This record gives sequence, structure tokens and C-alpha cells, in this order.
Amino acid sequence: MFKILKYSFYDLMRSRWSYVYFLFYLALGFVLLFLNNDINKAIITLMNIIIVLTPLIGTIFGVMYYYNSKEFTELLLAQPIKRSTIFMGQYLGISISLTLSLALGLGIPFLLYGLFRSTAIFDFGLLLVVGSFLNFIFVALAFNIALSNENKIKGFGYAILMWLFLAVIYDGIFLISLLVFNEYPLDKFSLIATMFNPIDLSRILILLKLDISALLGYTGAIFKKFFGTNLGMIISFVVLFLWVLFPVWRMNIKLRRKDF
Amino acid sequence: MRNIYFFTILFFCISPLFAKQIEVCSTCDIKTIKEAILIAEDGDEIIIKRGVYKEHGVILINKSVKIKGIGMPIIDGEFKETILKIKADNFSIEGLKIINVGQSYTKDFAAILVSKSRNFTIKNNILEDVFFGILIEKSHYGTIENNDVSSHAKDQASSGNGIHLWHCSNMQASRNTIHGVRDGIYFEFVKKSKIFDNNSYDNLRYGLHFMFSNENEYFDNVFTNNGAGVAVMFSKFIKMRNNIFTKNWGSASYGLLLKEIYDAEIENNTFEQNTIGISVDGSTRINYKKNTFSRNGWAIKIVGACYENDFAQNSFLNNALDLSYNSKINSNKFDNNYWSDYTGYDLDKNGIGDVPYRPVKLFSYIVHNTPEAIILLRSLFVDIINFSEKVSPVFTPDNLVDNSPLMKNTND
Repeated sequence: MFKILKYSFYDLMRSRWSYVYFLFYLALGFVLLFLNNDINKAIITLMNIIIVLTPLIGTIFGVMYYYNSKEFTELLLAQPIKRSTIFMGQYLGISISLTLSLALGLGIPFLLYGLFRSTAIFDFGLLLVVGSFLNFIFVALAFNIALSNENKIKGFGYAILMWLFLAVIYDGIFLISLLVFNEYPLDKFSLIATMFNPIDLSRILILLKLDISALLGYTGAIFKKFFGTNLGMIISFVVLFLWVLFPVWRMNIKLRRKDF
Repeated sequence: MRNIYFFTILFFCISPLFAKQIEVCSTCDIKTIKEAILIAEDGDEIIIKRGVYKEHGVILINKSVKIKGIGMPIIDGEFKETILKIKADNFSIEGLKIINVGQSYTKDFAAILVSKSRNFTIKNNILEDVFFGILIEKSHYGTIENNDVSSHAKDQASSGNGIHLWHCSNMQASRNTIHGVRDGIYFEFVKKSKIFDNNSYDNLRYGLHFMFSNENEYFDNVFTNNGAGVAVMFSKFIKMRNNIFTKNWGSASYGLLLKEIYDAEIENNTFEQNTIGISVDGSTRINYKKNTFSRNGWAIKIVGACYENDFAQNSFLNNALDLSYNSKINSNKFDNNYWSDYTGYDLDKNGIGDVPYRPVKLFSYIVHNTPEAIILLRSLFVDIINFSEKVSPVFTPDNLVDNSPLMKNTND
């Protein structure tokens, strides 16, 4: 598995898109810090971008890589290697290279602007951890979609739709249900609803660590009680971890039955 | 005994002509403050020297004396009752350290209780572990200056206020530091008084609290990290200038609460990092001018029944939500403010944006009706609906606009 991981990792490292992605985050980090020197404020802006963009890039990269390297994968499949080994290697290769682009691209400008001397280092760390989780989750989801669809166009379509659903439509449905069931106690409901969407979950995790926690506390003390405590943090991370595990598990099931 | 006789005779002979000094210390003839007050006459000065005096229930009635501590003498009330009770005109208390006031659920024990007095000064004292710090009733023309009042209040029911004024007028509270009590400064039925240069922080409830107090002014104060900032309720003609309200941050916190306020001026104040900058409820004819709201949850939350408020030349910087508004526009005006979220342009370069700004976003309208929706703050979906509402307003009040938003922040 490590050989394949290494191979896809180096393959991606050589590819132009990894550099573009890396340079994009690098430029973003520098521009943000150049425009306002306050690291704390830059982190809030950065959150908005990471929450939306990381899943999108992860999804597209995952689908694209699967379809592009399909022939090579089929060649590998002819060898006496376990299927799960091949795909897990590829999956980890993409996820790790994307995460590296993210961490380095944002890390370098923030380090240069004195992150270690700032109190925001934990917030920044959390941001990177959440961003990495989102990478792993969405690449896994993209692989699932690609595995289930032989048709490239269909696969791309579904993948984009999945991103659109989790990033935008889910929140819309969430908001409408909050408005419709206004009369009922909604705290528990909204708490559970956020757990079912990794983007929402990461957004709230970061929001609560940044300065907006009291806003949430204003209405539902329950959010703060839940996410504000260590237990809440642990549960949220466990849920994020499950969000990685579940698609990976399904991927393996799917692999075993698939006729290449 | 002989000494006392001697002194008493001396006083009767001399006192009408000269004010005299009475010294109190552990090695002096007069060892307690009570004794000193007993023999003091109008115009006398009681000098309390360095040391610890375990006294409480010290009463000064109808004698205009100056009580002055040298080297911060400590008066320890041993958690019994009110330590100094005063009903006199033209007195002063200076340089004392008064500690350990008794707690009670039925009586208002204080470090210094002043009632029905005029023309007095309480300054440069340190009051520690108080129930009420300085409690003043039905008094006029007093000055409370440069005192440090603190306690370790745990809950609202079992704690008192730092400086509490009741039925007073023409008072002045300045340069005091108050922390760890229930309300830092509390004005109830107080008229024509001034509060300035005070620092009120870490109090359980309010940094400053007005009730039924008209024609007062407060300026240059700093209110930090209080339970709920400053509350001004049921009062008229209050001027609030140059104050700083910061970090009043909590699930039911605000920088400034206005409830049933009429004809007030709120100028040049800074509201930073509060859950709600100003919460306005039933307040009319108020001018908000040149205030800076930065990094608050809500900059201004208008609850209802507010008429003819005028918001001009304020700066709204990086607040999560600038304005929450629930009712009709009710002739409240927004004009010439700077909004950091403003995206319009200024073609004629006169410093005023050519496109009106709508401070109420659709999301803040939704949150007002369904508070739980705040959990969607900063979601992409919310940005999209805010944008579409901005392009064509449907839900938000369409006449709630700033027609001449500033392009540059003018308040620094």
C-alpha cells in the first residue's frame, strides 16, 4: 500500500494542479495578512474560504484523479495486489498531498507574519485540522461517487451536486425547517442536524473557538454547553472522524463487488 | 479620664474659635474612632494614624468634621454591620482603608453610609470585601472621588453595590475603581449628577446602573467585562459621552441597555467586543452620534417601541450583525454612518457613497424571528440569501436605509 501511496503522492506532487492549489493558498494567506495585519481577523476571513473551498477542491480532485488514472489502475489490478490496497493508496495519496498544499500554503505566510508570537496559534491550528479533515472526507466521498459511476460526466455531475448539497442546499433546508417548526424547541434538533453535515460541523467548531461563541449562547445555551466543553470538542472530532471512516468503509465494500 | 476632661474643657473654650485636631492611634490618648467622634466638634479634624482599628457601627451625627487617615489606617468591620454611619453636613472622609463589611439579606450594610447630608467629600479610600461600598441616601452636593471599591461577590442575591446613590442630587462620582461587586455604580432617583473617569470592571451585574434618574451625565468611564455592561432605565435627559464599553461578553450580555429612556445623547462612545453593543427598548428621541461599534455580535439591537432616534456619523466595524430591528421604521433615522460592510461606490468623490446602505440583513431579520437560526451564521447559504435580499429587498423594512453612508471611517 505504501508503494502505491508513494507513487500517487509523487505523481500528484509532480502535477501542475497541486502547485496551483498550493500557490493559491500561499497568495491568499499573504494577501489576507497584507490587507489587515491582525492575524485574528485574517483567521475569521480564512475560515469562510476554507469551509467552502476545501470541500470543493477535494471533491473535484478526487473525481478527476480517479477517472484520469483509471487505465493505470486497471493495469495495477491485473497484478497480484489486493484491491483495497490499490485504492487506499491512491486515496491517501490525494488526501495527503491536498492537505500538504493547504498546510504549507497557509502556514508559510502566517509563520512569516509572526504566528508563534500571536495568541491565535490554537485557532489557526484548529483551522488547519478542520481543513485537513474536510479534505479527507470529501476525497473519500468523491471516490465513492466515482466508483459507483462508470460515466465520467455523470460522476462529475453527482460529485458537484454532492458538494452543492452539503455546502448550500443542506443549510437552506435546515433554515426552512427552523422557520417552519418555529413553535417547537429546536435546540436539540439543530444540534443533531449540524452533526449530519461535515461542513456545518466544522464551521461551528471554528466559530465557537473564535469570538462568536457568545452569540450562539444567546439563544441556545445548549450549543455552547455542548461545543464549548472538552467533551463537545471530542465528540465533534469523533463525528468528523466517522465522516472519514464511513465513506472509506463503503469504498472498500464497493471495491470488493465491483466488476472492472 | 483626666485627659478627656481636660480635652473636653479645652474644646468648649477653644472650639468656637479654632478648629482642632484629634489624633487617633494605638499609643495616643484616644484609641478608637468612636471616642474621637464623641468628643469632636464642628470643624474639627480627626487624624487616624496607621494601624488596625476593629470597629463597626461608628456613628457621626450633626458634626462637620474631617476624618483623615495617615498611612492608610485599616478599619476592620469583622463582617458585622455598617462600619461608618454619617448624617452631617460639610464633612469629609479621606485616606481610610475600610474592610470586611457584614452581609445581610434584609439590611443594606455598607462600608460608609451617608444619609441626609450635604456638601461632603469621600475621597482616596480603599474599601475591600464590602457588601455595599458607599451607600448614600437623600443627600446633596457630595463628591465621591478616587476610591477603590472591591469585593468578591458570588451571586446577585447575596451581594451589594459598589457606589449606591438613592434620592440624591448634584452628586459627583469620579476617578473611582470598582470591581467584584453586584452593580459598580447604582443611581436610583438621582438628579443632576455627574459620573466620570471611573473604571468599573468584573462586576456581577452592571458596571453602571441608572433607575429613575434624570438629567445626569456620565463620561470618560471604562466598563469592562461586567455581567451586562451598563443599564440605563426609566430615565430622562441623560448624557453619555466618551465612555468605553468592552468585553461585556456572555449569553445575555450587552454593552449598554436602554430601557424607557427619553431625550438622551449618546456621543463618542466606543463599543468593542460585546455580545450586543446597544440594546434599545422603548426609547425615544435619542441622538447616537460619532460612536464606534467594533467586533460586537450585534452592534445595535432595537427591540421595539422606539421613536425618533437619530443615528449619525457612527462607525460600524466588523460586527457579526450590524443591526437587528423588529418593527416599523417609526421615524428612526440612519444618516452619514460608516459601515464596514458597505460595498457601494463614490463616483463624485465627495466622501459619501452614491448607493444607499441597508443595515438590516435578511439573516438578522430571520434570527430575530427564529433565534436558533444563528447557528447558520457565516454559512455560504446565508451569504447567498443576504446577497439576493440586498439586490431586491422583500422581507427587510425597505425604508430602513442609510441614504448617505460614509466611504471612510471618521471616528478614530
